[in-house]
Amino acid sequence: MIQETFAIGSSPMHRMDPRLKIVAATVFSVQTAISDHFLTLITALILGVAMVILARLKFFLVLKRLLIVNGFIFFLWLVLPLTFPGEAIFSLGPLDYTLSGVILSARITLKSNAILLSLIALTGTSYLATLGYALNQLKIPDKIIYLFLITYRYIFVIEQEYQRLIRAARVRCFEPGTNLHTYRTYAYLVGMLFVRASARAERVYHAMLCRGFAGKFHTLRQFSFTKSDLVWAFTLSAGLMFMGYLEWMKTTLF
Amino acid sequence: MHISEGVLSWPVLASGAALAAAGTAVGLKKLDYDRIAQAGILSASFFVASLVHVPLGPSNVHLILNGVVGLLLGWAAVPAIVVALILQAVLFQYGGITTLGVNTVIMAGPAVICYLVFAPMISKKPRIAVFAAFAVGFFSVLLGGIVVGLALMFTEKNFFEVAGLVVAAHIPIMIIEGFVTVFCVSFLKKVQPSLLPGSLN
Repeated sequence: MIQETFAIGSSPMHRMDPRLKIVAATVFSVQTAISDHFLTLITALILGVAMVILARLKFFLVLKRLLIVNGFIFFLWLVLPLTFPGEAIFSLGPLDYTLSGVILSARITLKSNAILLSLIALTGTSYLATLGYALNQLKIPDKIIYLFLITYRYIFVIEQEYQRLIRAARVRCFEPGTNLHTYRTYAYLVGMLFVRASARAERVYHAMLCRGFAGKFHTLRQFSFTKSDLVWAFTLSAGLMFMGYLEWMKTTLF
Repeated sequence: MHISEGVLSWPVLASGAALAAAGTAVGLKKLDYDRIAQAGILSASFFVASLVHVPLGPSNVHLILNGVVGLLLGWAAVPAIVVALILQAVLFQYGGITTLGVNTVIMAGPAVICYLVFAPMISKKPRIAVFAAFAVGFFSVLLGGIVVGLALMFTEKNFFEVAGLVVAAHIPIMIIEGFVTVFCVSFLKKVQPSLLPGSLN
């Protein structure tokens, strides 16, 4: 099941103006991605952890998410230290586990997880529909917002349709395995998904036209930038400026 | 096929974002208002299809199907894929804001290229069509893997081995995607040929 795991709640992070969340998540991600010094990255990680704690999310769920998304990072820890030239920490037969590889892996791990945590705490704590309208207010073109909202609206429907098709296949004793029969079955299943999606799209669009649709979804919801949002904006900017300061300090020192 | 946040250097991220923005602009321009519902719901199907895990030996892999989306949507596949990637980033934190551009190039670039090269062959004789469909599935993953490799290598030349491993790991997926695309296209040809390019609609 597709779920918006972290969107439910009433913590300070959930109450923050979604426009501020999007801007903050973008600036934080970009700044963390282009920083290189360990002190900066550790600060970023601490900021990320702090935001997740403030969002009062279920610890277990956040941990599970982190473990899943860190798959590629584990792979880097295996490969980078073995393939990078440099001073060996220890040797595995002919292969050297090098310090430079370890440093690079550690840097990537810190960056990646700091950004991940910030995304969970900031964008993860809003419903996608809310984010869509917020993006629209941030001057993202109507057309792509329309596409975004309609996609969001239908992923749940299509997912249920997929579950129904899979159930039907199971009832017919379909056992997936590594063979052509399995791939053919899945291909037909996905093909059916596309056929039904297209038929549905036509019906939906006609229904929308009947209701006077003119190219934009309107919302009655007004976003308000409150005093606490102002405080948040200052706090987050201070954190980001501190990160920038650390990065600049290091480059001037060494 | 995603690159995680925090791996790539800023010039690679910036060029990815610029390319993706240009592609999205072209795609949106070619997408009329009365086809957006269609594109959106197909984008939702693409999103769901990427959750489908098919067995491969003792393990399993998930379908990518960017090639099929390219065939069905043409240039409009770019905004459709961007939207699906944003949904994946917000719902599952696969990819994120800084890598959105690069990941779009990885998925949508090959989709559009395969569409431009192979779409005219899909409506030809069955033998050519089967070959073209396999090529769409195969190359949409291969080219994506190559873009991943290039993005890694431009970040750090010592990523060479990692890049090679990434491309090599995708070889079985390319073959599976090739077969799935062949079956999927032949199914669509029988059931609703108007979805495929080259039909009169």
